[in-house]
Amino acid sequence: METYYKPEDLPKFEEIGKEAPDLARKFFEYYNAVFSDGELSEREKALIALAVAHAVQCPYCIDAYTQACLEKGSNLAEMTEAVHVVSAIRGGASLVHGVQMRNVAEKLSM
Amino acid sequence: MPPQANIAEMQTSLPAKTPDIPPFKSTLDRHDLTLVRQAAATMQINLGFLCNQICRHCHLNAGPGRKKENMDRQTLKAVVAYARRCRFETIDITGGAPELNPLLPDLIQQIAPWTPRIMLRSNLSALKENMTRLMGVLKSHGVVIVASFPSLNLSQMDAQRGEGIFDESIAMLKALNARGYGHDGTGLELNLVSNPTGAFMPPNQDQIEKRYHQILGQNWGLAFNHLFNFANAPLGRFKRWLIQTGNYDAYLKKLVANFNPCAIEGLMCRSQVSVSWDGYLYDCDFNLARGLYMCGRKIHVSEMAGPPEPGNPIMTAEHCYTCAAGSGFT
Repeated sequence: METYYKPEDLPKFEEIGKEAPDLARKFFEYYNAVFSDGELSEREKALIALAVAHAVQCPYCIDAYTQACLEKGSNLAEMTEAVHVVSAIRGGASLVHGVQMRNVAEKLSM
Repeated sequence: MPPQANIAEMQTSLPAKTPDIPPFKSTLDRHDLTLVRQAAATMQINLGFLCNQICRHCHLNAGPGRKKENMDRQTLKAVVAYARRCRFETIDITGGAPELNPLLPDLIQQIAPWTPRIMLRSNLSALKENMTRLMGVLKSHGVVIVASFPSLNLSQMDAQRGEGIFDESIAMLKALNARGYGHDGTGLELNLVSNPTGAFMPPNQDQIEKRYHQILGQNWGLAFNHLFNFANAPLGRFKRWLIQTGNYDAYLKKLVANFNPCAIEGLMCRSQVSVSWDGYLYDCDFNLARGLYMCGRKIHVSEMAGPPEPGNPIMTAEHCYTCAAGSGFT
């Protein structure tokens, strides 16, 4: 079935630099620097990226960072917990807006 | 899995090659590299394919059903004589599970005078079963134990090596620590080997070693000396798993994409000779699994006057991409 998302497109990411090479070079340099070992380890950064990939619901990122997490030594239990963290934040973000709902409702209600 | 199933899986025909993968030799040529022997420092001895585990990543299809392919006393004598002629720096004993060969204590005792360092590769559970019989000889000869411990996660390890193996491995590491193994100053070295539990590349060696020390120490109070982190070779049972799960092509492409020309210089095959259970010579244990004899012909250990000649070419095939990927396989 035709789909907008094709796994074989993921390795073509760098082709995005064809029309704007300077911007692409700067972006990929920054990207690679972000994911190198720093105060956080490469493994920890990959887990964060995996969680964010689920938040932004990017199939390419989920594919790439699932593999990256495994290759950095994380296991499925840790990766599942990372997805729960993002689910909690997303769910919590909705729920906390209930306060706004309550404020409006309280103002309007007797 | 019963032994019958193990035999059946060996008989299953597998595709020999993935069309898109360049021959390893042509990749070496493209980088102006040659893969030739140096002086042989290590003799790896494969005592046989009998094993108490049926690991899904095993390149040799080792398992409980392989009772015939195990080193006998006559071959052992020839191997010891070869060690005496060559005085290798290291003797690396592997299998299968070498603990299951009843000749293991004899091999260690007879070969010890001719080498300063003996290593025993262990899956830990086979050592646990033979602890009483083997611990004395291992300690008295300062045999280095190189133990499989693929993952810090129970589910991952049991999925690769069998149910209950994680807990058994932890128990055995505790037992080895209690006997002095893995502690500084005892002279009893305990190293761990980690393999990816699937179709992906291994983590950075230094980072994962640090993490193993931290987690094993914190959670179980365990000590070890070093961790070695290796990719899985697409051979034997692992190749079969890759094909069955539709991962074979992508895994090989990943290995090729990770080819590191700088890793060639330090590859283990350059400085070792591998002897199979029946006494024939190979450049490495992966070539043994593939049936690629050293120098392309069957040479028995008893025919060798000395170590293999430096400069001799090493037999290669597509599985060689495993050792040349990333930081290499030493």
